[in-house]
Amino acid sequence: MTPDEILKGLYDETLAGNGPAVLSLTNQALEMKMEPGTLLFEALIPALEEVGARFERGDYFVPEMLIAGKAMAGSMEVLRPLLADTGVQTIGTFLMGTVKGDVHDIGKNLVNIMLEGAGFEVIDLGVQVAPEKFVAAINEHQPDIVGFSAFLTTTMPMFKANLNALEKAGIRDQVIVMVGGAPVTQEYADVVGADGYAADASATVKRAKALLAERRATVNA
Amino acid sequence: MPFPVPSPASGPVPSPAARPGRIALVACGAIARPAAQAAARHGWPIDVHPLPPLLHNHPERIAGEAEHLLDELAGRYDRFAIGYADCGTYGAIDELCERRGVRRLAGLHCYDLLAGAPQMEATFEAEPGTYVFTDFLVESFERTVVRELGLDRYPELRDDYFGHYTRVVWLAQEPTPARREAAQRAADRMGLPLQVVVTGTSRLDEAMADLLDPDDPRPPAAAS
Ligand code: B12
Repeated sequence: MTPDEILKGLYDETLAGNGPAVLSLTNQALEMKMEPGTLLFEALIPALEEVGARFERGDYFVPEMLIAGKAMAGSMEVLRPLLADTGVQTIGTFLMGTVKGDVHDIGKNLVNIMLEGAGFEVIDLGVQVAPEKFVAAINEHQPDIVGFSAFLTTTMPMFKANLNALEKAGIRDQVIVMVGGAPVTQEYADVVGADGYAADASATVKRAKALLAERRATVNA
Repeated sequence: MPFPVPSPASGPVPSPAARPGRIALVACGAIARPAAQAAARHGWPIDVHPLPPLLHNHPERIAGEAEHLLDELAGRYDRFAIGYADCGTYGAIDELCERRGVRRLAGLHCYDLLAGAPQMEATFEAEPGTYVFTDFLVESFERTVVRELGLDRYPELRDDYFGHYTRVVWLAQEPTPARREAAQRAADRMGLPLQVVVTGTSRLDEAMADLLDPDDPRPPAAAS
């Protein structure tokens, strides 16, 4: 197989959610001394972006998105240490969790994969994360951004509870706060006082990078 | 706009499909049958017009589809109601109701309609990892859950979906032996223990009755 064929194969198999094929192509590519970054930026990330676009259009539903995400995550397991070795720099640390009372996590996990692909170090606190736990994790990991994910009308108010907890702990200004999840809107994010919102995984990456750049510009100014 | 009821003596002859004096309930397919049964039990002049229950997985489309059906039925009925709770539309149903001057069923979900909102709150508070069944979900489990979530094609996804869940609570309207068996089978398929809470239909009946009173000034969402 030529490198181009490998990249095309990786793209197609990720789109189809064929985990074993994606893994084997990843290994084949590495044996051929292809760059991990090339696999990521020229095949895996574009494939997951296309998955997002198909979901948006209604061509894909949750299971297709899930298997594609898992296929990419499997390849990332192999690529992650190599990317670190090749000196691809972490662009920032992102702490993520689904809020207390909520166990929806498919969207959050997809966002994590894309953030990681884009070069963030992602620390995932999982589901049902209480405000105290977010506070403790922020103190421990000192992330640049913290993300709250929520899916139920009844758990969205936890955004505000989390923000209040950060405020009370005196760490609100240390981190950028992003919120998201199916029911969340920009308007809601503004009302609770979050710094950013994004509707899907690709948009989250863009917004996170922009917020980080803004923050670094003000800090350095 | 209210449709003028034609008087048999003077007005135009109603089209065969026109249903003067009756209420069209544009309802989620998941509660269409119990709603129609309630209407029959009480002799209410309600015709149920269902929308596909799977719209629930695309809640952003529910209000639009409901409005479309309201438009289609506009010439045939003079009164309408919406057989949805908020149902993950995050206010879009309320906006539609307000605009068209119609009422909806109270609550956030049909679970609230069956068990009552405080009971549902307590259920999720006690175990956030609770998955809820209704009689409809029990009977349609293969189609609405297994196939929709792709578990027929990708059984390995089960734990991605339900790994954080700890139990299934079935709000049983009519726990017949066949349904009990189906509920158990479905819970087994999810790998979760099943708890049965017999709710009956009295709360749904009350919520439906609230849709009927034309002089009630309460907004529909508050009527429970
Ligand atoms: C899949 C799903 C489930 C799965 C969840 C599996 C899992 N492990 O997560 C299962 C079947 C288990 C489930 C269970 C329930 N669900 Co559910 N579920 C859905 C469904 C169909 C899709 C959600 C999803 O995964 N979408 C795919 C992902 C990729 O999209 P996403 O979640 O929006 O995530 C994207 C963005 O939001 C964003 N994003 C996500 N997180 C973050 C975070 C940050 C910081 C940022 C910036 C961005 C971001 O990026 C993501 C990727 O593009 C939605 C309906 C819908 N279409 O939204 C209902 C829905 C969310 N569920 C709902 C309900 C009611 C339930 C149940 C109560 C049903 C029941 N019978 O018990 C239970 C919940 C029980 C509980 N204790 O939590 C309702 C919620 C309504 C409401 N008013 O609150 C919905 C809206 C369906 C409906 N119309 O009724 N559900």
